[in-house]
Amino acid sequence: MSGRHASAPESIPSPRLAGLVADYLVQTLAVADAEFRKLRHDPMELATRAVQPVLWLVLFGGVMAQVRGLSTGSTPYLDFLAPGILAQSVLFVAIFHGISAIWERDLGVLQRYLASPAPRSALVIGKALSSGLRGLSQAIVIYTCAAAMGVDLSIRPQDIVLVVLLIAVGSSLFSTFSLIIACIVKTRERFMGIGQVLTMPVFFASNAIYPIELMPRWLKAAAALNPLTYEVDGLRLLMLRNGTSTFGLAHDFTALLAVTALLIAIAARMYPRMTQ
Amino acid sequence: MQHSGMLDSSDDGVHASATAPVVETFDLTRKFGSITAIDRASLLVGPREIFGLIGPNGAGKSTLMKMLTTMLPPTSGRALVAGFDVVREAARVRSHIGYVPQLLSADGELTGYENMLVSARLYLVPRAEREQRIAAALDMMALTDQRDRLVRTYSGGMIRRLEIAQSTLHRPLVLFMDEPTVGLDPGGRHTVWQHVRRLREHMGTAVVVTTHYMDEAAELCDRIAVIHRGRIEAVGTPDELTAKVGPAATLDDVFMHVTGAEIEAGGGYRDVRQTRLSARKHS
Repeated sequence: MSGRHASAPESIPSPRLAGLVADYLVQTLAVADAEFRKLRHDPMELATRAVQPVLWLVLFGGVMAQVRGLSTGSTPYLDFLAPGILAQSVLFVAIFHGISAIWERDLGVLQRYLASPAPRSALVIGKALSSGLRGLSQAIVIYTCAAAMGVDLSIRPQDIVLVVLLIAVGSSLFSTFSLIIACIVKTRERFMGIGQVLTMPVFFASNAIYPIELMPRWLKAAAALNPLTYEVDGLRLLMLRNGTSTFGLAHDFTALLAVTALLIAIAARMYPRMTQ
Repeated sequence: MQHSGMLDSSDDGVHASATAPVVETFDLTRKFGSITAIDRASLLVGPREIFGLIGPNGAGKSTLMKMLTTMLPPTSGRALVAGFDVVREAARVRSHIGYVPQLLSADGELTGYENMLVSARLYLVPRAEREQRIAAALDMMALTDQRDRLVRTYSGGMIRRLEIAQSTLHRPLVLFMDEPTVGLDPGGRHTVWQHVRRLREHMGTAVVVTTHYMDEAAELCDRIAVIHRGRIEAVGTPDELTAKVGPAATLDDVFMHVTGAEIEAGGGYRDVRQTRLSARKHS
């Protein structure tokens, strides 16, 4: 046995469970860290993405708050809207995640990830976390903007931590959904069309910008099946000082995590086929 | 063909014999609908060997390589790579091989060092050894001075060398390279060849390389398989292959002899697009 051969098994994961988990984390974070470093090299992307939620808050929120056409109970409309806009901007960032997956496939970078021994689910989760990172940068912008507009934000550390977690889960959910769509449609042109078609119903069939109680019954049913509704519901409790939740935070997290886990399992099966 | 020592290799150490083949295929076949891209290919690549797959566009070289690197499941037949089955033990195969695809696999938006770091983590290079191995690999590929530059500012040859470096950090038994010198100028091509040979000298890595440059195959490879329409038509050293065709024959003559007058037989729009895209990216 030569020295080279003797060193080969070191790259095989340790059979102990703790070792396996540690290896899995290293591989997952390798993917997320690569995205983080790319954002650091080129932060312009984050700056441009911040424009849209600010416009929603200032223009749409500014006008609708004057109209007082939507009954949001004792909560001022802007306070009601801010968590919805945060969830929306996280959704918009995440839903185009699939485009970058197709782009990476076309370039060849995807082949490099798939040729590595990293479990496919670790690759999918790493990518999903990177989408969460982008979502968090949106949160900073929206918190700043909302505070400037007088929204009664909660700054309790435990609320902030839970908001971060909720954004991470929400981003993972929608970015993985987007990845699955990318695996199905396979080209950027087709994805662009479908991305638009998907975003709007998810956004409008939710409680993001108006209360569910105002919806017609069929739309209420759709909103109840829409994961975005649960993200917004949780955010409304956590972001505001007098925030309330319709379903309860445990319910929100459970629903989001369950759907995310399901989508990751599906994506881990479909992702490798993108290069075939 | 003997391979008895390879079959019961589910244990980590068993495949690690210095004489066991690094690639062994048995009637490996891949169909796409009614088209047979690779037809009952049986191959054997030894340790430390630089093995070339040559053939016209669309002959099936890339399909074969995708199956050997576990990127594409075979329709029938089987293949052992580094002693592991490419279907049942795909993850194990992947941790014992390196793969440099034809397309760009280094990330242009990261620095050379960052690309290496990503690979070190994905291939689970022990943390304590990461920095030193990355430094050594960059040094071997003559990229130390460029380690902190974004890869999109690299030349085509530098990118290929980085891709080789990042695919060999985990000291694979065999490195697969798909058309590694497409789009490079002659200087860049010679540097890549030189570094591939160094890799074998220093780490004993076997190399399986597809190419349609005959001079590259003659210069670089110990043995060559000529593939035409999905079938392996001839295997041998460059000298053996040319001797079969006639005195003073070149590999070009071998190529023409095997493939007939059908140089343009295969390779649809997709192939041409891919080749040109990667040529552009690396130039």
